[in-house]
Amino acid sequence: MSDHEYTPKSKVGKWFNDRLPLLTLGAHLTDYPTPKNLNYWWTFGGILTFCLITQIVTGIVLAMHYVAHADLAFASVEHIMRNVNYGWLIRYIHSNGASMFFLAVYIHIFRSLFYGSYKSPREVIWIIGLMIYLLMMAAAFMGYVLPWGQMSFWGATVITNLFSAIPLVGESITTWLWGAYSVDNPTLNRFFSLHYLIPFLILGLVVLHIWALHVPGNNNPVGIDIKKPSKDTVPFHPYITIKDAFALLMFMIIFAGFVFFSPNVLGHSDNYIPANPLVTPAHIVPEWYLLPFYAILRSVPDKLGGVILMFGSIFILFVLPWLDTSKVRSAVFRPIYRQFFWIFVLDVLMLGYMGAMPAEGIYLVLARVGTIYYFLHFLVVLPVVGFLEKTDPIPLSISEPVLSAGAELSLAKKENGKI
Amino acid sequence: MEKFSFSKIICVILIFLIPNIIQSAEQTDPIKVNWSFKGLTGKFDRASLQRGFQVYKEVCSSCHSMQYLSYRNLGEPGGPEFSEKEVKAIAASIEIEDGPDSQGEMFTRPGRPSDRFKSPYPNVNASIAANGGAYPPDMSVLVKARPGGSDYIYSVLVGYEDPPVGMVLDDGVYYNKYMIGNKIKMSAPLAEGIVEYADGTETSVEQMAKDVTTFLSWAAEPELEERHKTGVKVIIYLVLLTILVYLSMKKIWSRVDSEI
Repeated sequence: MSDHEYTPKSKVGKWFNDRLPLLTLGAHLTDYPTPKNLNYWWTFGGILTFCLITQIVTGIVLAMHYVAHADLAFASVEHIMRNVNYGWLIRYIHSNGASMFFLAVYIHIFRSLFYGSYKSPREVIWIIGLMIYLLMMAAAFMGYVLPWGQMSFWGATVITNLFSAIPLVGESITTWLWGAYSVDNPTLNRFFSLHYLIPFLILGLVVLHIWALHVPGNNNPVGIDIKKPSKDTVPFHPYITIKDAFALLMFMIIFAGFVFFSPNVLGHSDNYIPANPLVTPAHIVPEWYLLPFYAILRSVPDKLGGVILMFGSIFILFVLPWLDTSKVRSAVFRPIYRQFFWIFVLDVLMLGYMGAMPAEGIYLVLARVGTIYYFLHFLVVLPVVGFLEKTDPIPLSISEPVLSAGAELSLAKKENGKI
Repeated sequence: MEKFSFSKIICVILIFLIPNIIQSAEQTDPIKVNWSFKGLTGKFDRASLQRGFQVYKEVCSSCHSMQYLSYRNLGEPGGPEFSEKEVKAIAASIEIEDGPDSQGEMFTRPGRPSDRFKSPYPNVNASIAANGGAYPPDMSVLVKARPGGSDYIYSVLVGYEDPPVGMVLDDGVYYNKYMIGNKIKMSAPLAEGIVEYADGTETSVEQMAKDVTTFLSWAAEPELEERHKTGVKVIIYLVLLTILVYLSMKKIWSRVDSEI
């Protein structure tokens, strides 16, 4: 764990490591002292890495067979499904993989919100994470356009039209994005190019995300700073790797369930109708993972206002570390914040549901209430609760709550010398 | 902290329920048919697929194209599984335009198993012009392109009725109980005895609708049987591996005084 002490055993290894300390990096990663009390909500970082690699690998294979042309895209996807060896499997992994990716990233983000992982000194990890999330949304949106079905086409039309709300230059920007006077072949072409580029940008940011994580080390359910290495930590390998592997396998079982037994349940049936600029679908809905933002967009009667609020709902997260005034990280010791956290979770789920419903009547009213509460949570609840809340006593070390929870003392003594 | 975990699990389940809610909101409650190909180990009924192909060929294909299928697909595993000879005969019975030849002329020849299903019209506009302004959709992925899937297609095929009193329909528009909006420009395609099954199965509207819907379901998802079979193997493998990894994890973590 003390990186500078690491020296390769073999001569070749030493020669190489002196010139490029890859082996030192490897030793750092395996020895990396990790809080021993991390629960399963912490396994989603590893799961997300798996999702990213899966999307990149399946995507590269799909790109070998896909044709980014308005007249041929739909047919080339059917070609993949019917004629390419295991093409159906690769495509279903890729399309369901996007949903699984977002499922994992939402759990990862809400875990951070619950345990205060965005707070000092981890603000930069949080901000890089949000940049990854933004790029994920861009990649997913553009990927959904590629099969060139009805929802692809009309989803692209709705989203790109948002930019026309910008005063003065909006129309020009939209035309520039399209490369035409409507969503058309040039749009499809550039979306394919960007869809291939973005995952590699994400990969680069993931490296920075992990790098930034390894400076202060992991937060943990108790949310206290831990001395590392100490008896509160375990080396990353094998303790965390095996636990991550177990969680990943459970995740993969759910993933496989979707891929093999209901591969289209998360998609929209209209996307199996080829794109037709002359026929608008009855309801244009984005994929489930974008629905809360879609609800916010539609809850504002003014187009520009809706666009500002929608982007605002994401950008407000960037300043979250400074909006939350509480010094205590984990919601476990914050009785008031804990309640508001769950209200916020329900609010986002409700917004997601409203995003799927037509924007009228009671749905519109609830979407507006949900939108207002979304912003109140960040702008009022978090700053005020931080000042007023009387937090529960925080333990001095991780071992303390474990012991007070009734663990045997003899266990605590065991095996700690090794670390 | 246990109670929070429980609430979180409920939240995750809710996320999964949302898409189902969306889908059910768009349906006009089609008839629920007990399809042999649903469920984890669902398979197509081979005889039904072959009869369904006959209905498609003799009824549907006069207006509806099926451009992503090839005649060879009819003989592939998991489909109607016609014999090689039968597939060749089916293909050869179709006149296919090919060319240009060395003189630059287009010519017709008997179909081959590698040919795509021949479309009834040269292009979409021709099909719209010939069908009173309504486009008979391509049937390759039709089942996947409708909320309700197979149940919906079956329901529309058997859902023709006289319009309710007071409803006036234009010429060439028909009332259908299950069609979204209840109006359809396709006249009732099936009538008792419209085809004659070689295996002697009765040719009621319900039977033919069931057969042709089975055929269309296969056409939309020709990989279904392989997908189900592979899926069962993959899940069993993952479960066994998960158990092994769980035991390893317990063993490794027994060295430290922490719960996992």
